[in-house]
Amino acid sequence: MSQFTQISVQTQDFDFAYQYQKLRDSNNRDGALVTFVGLVRDMNLQQSVSGLFLEHYPAMTEKVLNDIVETARAKWHLGSVSIIHRVGQLKVSDQIVFVGVTSQHRQSAYHANEFIMDYLKTKAPFWKKETTTQGDKWIAAKISDMQKSNDWS
Amino acid sequence: MLKILFFGQLKEVIKTECLEIDIIQNGKQLNTVAKLRSLLQEKGEAWNEYLAYGKALVAVNQELTSDDTVINDADEIAFFPPVTGG
Repeated sequence: MSQFTQISVQTQDFDFAYQYQKLRDSNNRDGALVTFVGLVRDMNLQQSVSGLFLEHYPAMTEKVLNDIVETARAKWHLGSVSIIHRVGQLKVSDQIVFVGVTSQHRQSAYHANEFIMDYLKTKAPFWKKETTTQGDKWIAAKISDMQKSNDWS
Repeated sequence: MLKILFFGQLKEVIKTECLEIDIIQNGKQLNTVAKLRSLLQEKGEAWNEYLAYGKALVAVNQELTSDDTVINDADEIAFFPPVTGG
């Protein structure tokens, strides 16, 4: 198998071990593989969160994710890159997002992985709505996320 | 016709997911995002508040862009709150 870019926006869960193995098998030259998994957490305000609904703009999402990967590839020498983002109804502790990056050395793999997440959080058209005991509530964007994303440019 | 889409909280408060409008309004062409935004803001209180510049981002033909962007007939224009994925 040769190196690849994989972008997937899906309702179904993903198998971390399978995704990790796919990245490992993609080439024998890269000595670094960095993965990140985002989970649904229960820690917003005082209300108890039972789940999250993730909406997106289908025609735009994959385009933006591809652009983010291309920007990362222009900044660092990368092997394979994989982004999986779930949409629809999720429960607390469910997996939301997977980002995996391979590179010859760890520094580029670490940096590229963080860059992809920072950009995804501020540029990819996803919106989270929390399901709480007091009703549903849209999550507001965080200024700290905007700042992290701006730090790369 | 312009195809206009709304997402997230914005879509809920204005109770509109999608609408089509003629690019010619009152004899004049809605040639920028800014002009379209102002026109839509006149549709009601929630529209005015949630479509305000800085509160709703805009994408033209699936590209995130700014209010001075020129729009053309048959473009797909989406307004939405700042994104919260990941």
